[in-house]
Amino acid sequence: MVELRAGSVDDEVQTLPLRSADDVVRVRQAVRTCAVELGFSLVDQTKLVTAASELARNTIDYGRGGDCDLVVVRSGERVGLRLVFRDDGPGIADVEQALRDGYTTGNGLGMGLGGARRLVDEFAIDSTVGVGTTIEVTRWTWKR
Amino acid sequence: MDRIPILKVGENLLVTIQVDLDDRVALALQDDLTEKIVATRAHGVLIDISSLEVVDSFIGRMLGNIAAMSRVLDARTVVVGMQPQVAITLVELGLSLPDIATALSVDAGMEALARAGGG
Amino acid sequence: MSTSLSPALAAALSTSDEGMLDAWVAAQLAAGTMRRDLIDEDDLRSESREFLRLLADAARANASQTPTDPEWGAVRGFLSDLSRSRAIRGFSPSETATFVLSLKEPVFDRIRGSVTNADELTAELWSATTALDGLALFTAETFQRAREDVIKRQQQELLELSTPVVKLWDGVLALPLIGTLDSARTQVVMESLLQRIVETNSPIAIIDITGVPTVDTLVAQHLLKAVAAARLMGADCIISGIRPQIAQTIVHLGVDLGDVVTKATMADAVSQALDRQGFAIVRRDGGV
Repeated sequence: MVELRAGSVDDEVQTLPLRSADDVVRVRQAVRTCAVELGFSLVDQTKLVTAASELARNTIDYGRGGDCDLVVVRSGERVGLRLVFRDDGPGIADVEQALRDGYTTGNGLGMGLGGARRLVDEFAIDSTVGVGTTIEVTRWTWKR
Repeated sequence: MDRIPILKVGENLLVTIQVDLDDRVALALQDDLTEKIVATRAHGVLIDISSLEVVDSFIGRMLGNIAAMSRVLDARTVVVGMQPQVAITLVELGLSLPDIATALSVDAGMEALARAGGG
Repeated sequence: MSTSLSPALAAALSTSDEGMLDAWVAAQLAAGTMRRDLIDEDDLRSESREFLRLLADAARANASQTPTDPEWGAVRGFLSDLSRSRAIRGFSPSETATFVLSLKEPVFDRIRGSVTNADELTAELWSATTALDGLALFTAETFQRAREDVIKRQQQELLELSTPVVKLWDGVLALPLIGTLDSARTQVVMESLLQRIVETNSPIAIIDITGVPTVDTLVAQHLLKAVAAARLMGADCIISGIRPQIAQTIVHLGVDLGDVVTKATMADAVSQALDRQGFAIVRRDGGV
């Protein structure tokens, strides 16, 4: 009867453009600042910032540029930071494979999605060839 | 654009990375190092990353490249001072960089290079 | 389509005043479930006043009977914070739900005063009880979640406190693991080890699993990741205390230990570690 939606979204959404390598650094710094503010442990901060760096690069290198939203989410005793990477690029034909490949070097297609997935608590990807890709990742921590 | 300074210490080169590297600076470092290894006939390269708070796959691969290029130029590379949370994250990413020598500190790294005949 | 609040109820809520506040606070204090030891009257009064204000806003915004509708957002937010705070302070779920339920009496009184027709009155009271029950149930559910979370959080914090990394000698750390390892505990312990490696500048860490009855794939993976991370930092790990059963399990599971040095006993591991660090243990003359 009474439904509690996990992860209610605050008004706190920050959007950053992803067009050049400089933007990757900016996203890392923004994610770091936000993670520190929310009280994430150093290890968790680092994992999230690194995941953000990987996904931001992907958006620029493969997605032909896009945007990244930083969203604060809340659920009970937990607070989380959700990052949404959006692009209108070529899309990923075989998502399963992209998630598996990780760092098989020499392939050139080592997109690092699998690696990024291991660094976060929640990972969701929606990609259509010829239309674009959206990747949503979230890390949770205990409220301060 | 800032370039990372490379110091000559005895027969070795010391690189201290203190800033959040962007792609251009990282690529410039690779170029500068290769040149300098040849120019100084260095036996060893010590990369101090004790101030680096984030190492993503790009930087990880850069370190791997530097080690590989130095090897081709007959120099040994040691990466020192990786912070615990960075190490944990890199391993989780799937990059354990098995071909790179590591040490806890600049001193330990210098010792390792000396032991390996780096002088 | 949700039914909107009945007119007298909506009016009662939108025009709540000091009179209603007093009556409600009195009802809460009189309730058998009031925890005077956990909350004082002033705090209770200001919480109640705030809740009435939010209810008034919702009623004026044409809220419906359904507490999950958007107009009730601020009210739900307030109740979530309230339940969380009460859960942490040690209230029970029913003590917390009483906050909302005790509002019925003053609201009913207000409605009775403004409606004379018997059928209308029944409809109004029914509307009031449905709305307030909905909010009370919401409160009880958020309370439950908050309490579960608090417990989980406390468990995790306890884990972080109980990680034993021992300095055996200059440059040699030991981590004797005891008991069953689960994923969470292993991760916490490994992070602790890596931190100590940096703090003590120790190039060798002995991870002893003599006291670990079984190792499953997940735990083995965490151990291997810790070893890999230590190596990236410049330290080597020796895993010791591998009992025959565990050795079999590792092989059966197909876990690849790679280059990781393993020793059957901690003594062997210590001996090798000291040797690598350039130490030798020598028996004094006379053997005493």
